[in-house]
Amino acid sequence: MADTQFDILVIGGGPGGYVSAIRAAQLGMKTALVEREHLGGICLNWGCIPTKALLRSAEIYDHMKHAESFGLSAGTIGFDLDKVVQRSRGVAKQLNQGVGHLLKKNKVTVFMAAAKLAGSGKVEIDEKGKKQTLSAKHIILATGARARDLPGLEADGKLVWNYKHALVADTMPKRLLVIGSGAIGIEFASFFNSLGSDVTVVEVMDRVLPVEDAEISGLAHKAFEKKGMKIMTGATVKGLKRGAKEVVATIEKGGKSTEQTFDRVISAVGIVGNVEDLGLESTKVKVDRTHVVIDEWCQTGEPGVYAIGDIAGAPWLAHKASHEGVICVEKIAGLKDVHPLDVKRIPGCTYCQPQVASVGLTEAAAKEAGYELKVGRFPFMGNGKAIALGEPEGLVKTVFDAKTGELLGAHMIGAEVTELIQGYSVAKTLETTEVDLMHTVFPHPTLSEMMHESVLDAYGRAVHF
Amino acid sequence: MAIPVLMPALSPTMTEGKLATWLVAEGDKISAGDVIAEIETDKATMEVEAVDEGTMGKIIVAAGTDNVAVNAPIAVILEDGEDSGSVDMDAVAGSGGPAPKAEAKPEPAPEPAPAAASAPAAKKEAPAPKPAPAPAASSGERVFASPLARRMAEQAGLDLGQITGTGPNGRIVKHDIEEAIAGGTGKAAPAAAPAPAAATKAPAPSLGAAPSPDVPGLPEFDEIPNTNMRKVIARRLTESKQFAPHFYLTVDCEIDALLEVRKQLNGKLDGEKVSVNDLVIKASAQALKKVPAANASWTDEAIRIFKSVDISVAVAIEGGLITPVIRGAQNKGALDIAREMKDLASRARDGKLMPEEYQGGTFSISNLGMFGIKDFCAVINPPQGAILAIGAGEQRPVVKDGALAVATVMSCTLSVDHRVVDGAVGAEFLAAFKKLIEDPLTMLL
Repeated sequence: MADTQFDILVIGGGPGGYVSAIRAAQLGMKTALVEREHLGGICLNWGCIPTKALLRSAEIYDHMKHAESFGLSAGTIGFDLDKVVQRSRGVAKQLNQGVGHLLKKNKVTVFMAAAKLAGSGKVEIDEKGKKQTLSAKHIILATGARARDLPGLEADGKLVWNYKHALVADTMPKRLLVIGSGAIGIEFASFFNSLGSDVTVVEVMDRVLPVEDAEISGLAHKAFEKKGMKIMTGATVKGLKRGAKEVVATIEKGGKSTEQTFDRVISAVGIVGNVEDLGLESTKVKVDRTHVVIDEWCQTGEPGVYAIGDIAGAPWLAHKASHEGVICVEKIAGLKDVHPLDVKRIPGCTYCQPQVASVGLTEAAAKEAGYELKVGRFPFMGNGKAIALGEPEGLVKTVFDAKTGELLGAHMIGAEVTELIQGYSVAKTLETTEVDLMHTVFPHPTLSEMMHESVLDAYGRAVHF
Repeated sequence: MAIPVLMPALSPTMTEGKLATWLVAEGDKISAGDVIAEIETDKATMEVEAVDEGTMGKIIVAAGTDNVAVNAPIAVILEDGEDSGSVDMDAVAGSGGPAPKAEAKPEPAPEPAPAAASAPAAKKEAPAPKPAPAPAASSGERVFASPLARRMAEQAGLDLGQITGTGPNGRIVKHDIEEAIAGGTGKAAPAAAPAPAAATKAPAPSLGAAPSPDVPGLPEFDEIPNTNMRKVIARRLTESKQFAPHFYLTVDCEIDALLEVRKQLNGKLDGEKVSVNDLVIKASAQALKKVPAANASWTDEAIRIFKSVDISVAVAIEGGLITPVIRGAQNKGALDIAREMKDLASRARDGKLMPEEYQGGTFSISNLGMFGIKDFCAVINPPQGAILAIGAGEQRPVVKDGALAVATVMSCTLSVDHRVVDGAVGAEFLAAFKKLIEDPLTMLL
């Protein structure tokens, strides 16, 4: 008889769930993880990782298109969509197995089953019809989220895709409509645009990447248009007429309606938490719309039940989920040096071309919060490495509180900025001021020097621009 | 090998001091035990002895330098055979040594009470005084705070030493400063003296509510730089009024009998004298022995009731005051107290008290009777729980058995830290004190 009693039981094996389970096991707790589909969750199987694999193919393809400008000749260039998708799936599979190995190594008991709460400290799991009840002192809900379906815009997997469908695209749409210009929408737009689709992005807000700093959104907008995308902001898709091979979309902008025909549509209009079928109804767990309400330690309204990651609300980021999981478990274990997650220190990355990355307050949000600001900007054009890479477009922007020198936010667009932003995250977490950043020696020649220069510029001291 | 002489710590809480005078010059021969310099600490001047012998190679910190950090190199002694030309004295000075090579003559007793151990924190903020090259070789314990928290504390005039950190490993972070500002805690201690360099750059974080010194329309003035003593007085008394909730109890004591007993006593002494103040000390000590709850001190965790009555007696000296301590006063006779007090007071006036002689009392007495003050309220000397303020003994009309009479009356006001001592306990002490003063023979019991 296998063990059915645990200190901690985690429902969901995504980046929130499996990290929580490993941390719990490290702390000596008897830990179980229940996953209904695949270890690694959406992030690893249908999100972060496989999209990065696709985008890498697109990026290399872009470079090949411009080989001549580097003095190279690539002959006739082309791609095989099936092989691009296959590579992406291979990457996901490799990492999926890695997670299984990590859980095993840490002695986490894994159940590949669906799970629901079944009374205080009890979880009923259903392994392809084989049911059993597990008990645990602490239960962590980490079931994540899924694509939101708007009425009329529902994904059907044929003509209208969600991210999952798009990840295993079987055809290169000639004309592609992307609804929504958040991270998911814009990354797919970027991928298909690079591979040659005519991409139209419709965004209901007045700018693309609406959570980013307005200046960065503006630069991104221009860069996307330069690459040939059609961007419609402040516009809404009113309806989709699905034909046999194409879709006619009714798009409304500024009170005017137009009809446009597309081969495929990608719906990326947000996500909803996976709160169903968890048995929450009979508990005190509070659900606000599609997200579980938690306190700063991820505790829900029901004693002994916690929620982390996407199911617990924005920002819907894998690294936020992992971090919450660790905080939650460490708090349960009674560790002393545990601190609630500060949302303003969570970086966000979007892997479109050009890349966008940010942490903290946008300039507008900082102003609204009443800060007097010092804003620094440094363009890629002024950076030697950027020029050498052939990536002269982009900007590193920093926002400081003029009074205290606190780094309130950093916003970047351009090559490899997703790899750079962590520098500012560290700075924010350590609560450095502009002085410490100025005193930091950045290596030459790197793109990171722009991070230094941006800080210097905020105080009128930029050297190379 | 050349030996660096480091600024010694003359008391456990000392983080910096003034190098008052050098008693040797460069090139002088030095034997172990020679007094080579005098250092002015919080309240006293101390002698620094050489522990090695050799020749004074280089004086690094000039006489009269303020705010010299403890363990900063102040001089270099050359051993036999070395000469100043052959030794890179800056390098020696910079290298420092693990242990101070010069020590104060007396090994200072560890301070019994956890007196404001907060001072080091703010001091660390200040740049080390110019002549000391090493960035304050550990001036007290390190306070962990984020750069942002440091700056915000500086801007808000907060002392990091007073703030509890909630960040990783107790690091002080922005949030803690915001809490401190919102809660009005952690006000900077003014005595946490910024080094001179800092003072010129930005106004030192001054006393909580001190008005800006540079208001327009002020007449001409002379500026008397604050001595260490002045800074300590400012810091400790501000701390006292900010953190210790004071209340006051006053009794009138008739002292005709006491004066008579004193006269008789002094008549029997050969040249020595017992003062009214000595008898007040004796009475206080005995009253505290009877009411030990008033011989107490506040800490965040517990109230400490002391087993010995160590009475700090305020002595006015040039530039301020100091409180030498009569230890174990409950076991001492009036003459012992008188002799000890005379010695302490005279050495206090010369600035020659050792730190252990003025630190760590359990109760204070301040007497302004000799200045004709009838009655006053003294500020508690933290971390003590109470201070007794003695007014002048003067003839006043009193009512005795329903009729007016004249008696010599001395008003005594007890200032009490309500965290430690409640009204009833304070009153009980004063009643015991009054009984002893008015019926001095009972002091013999």
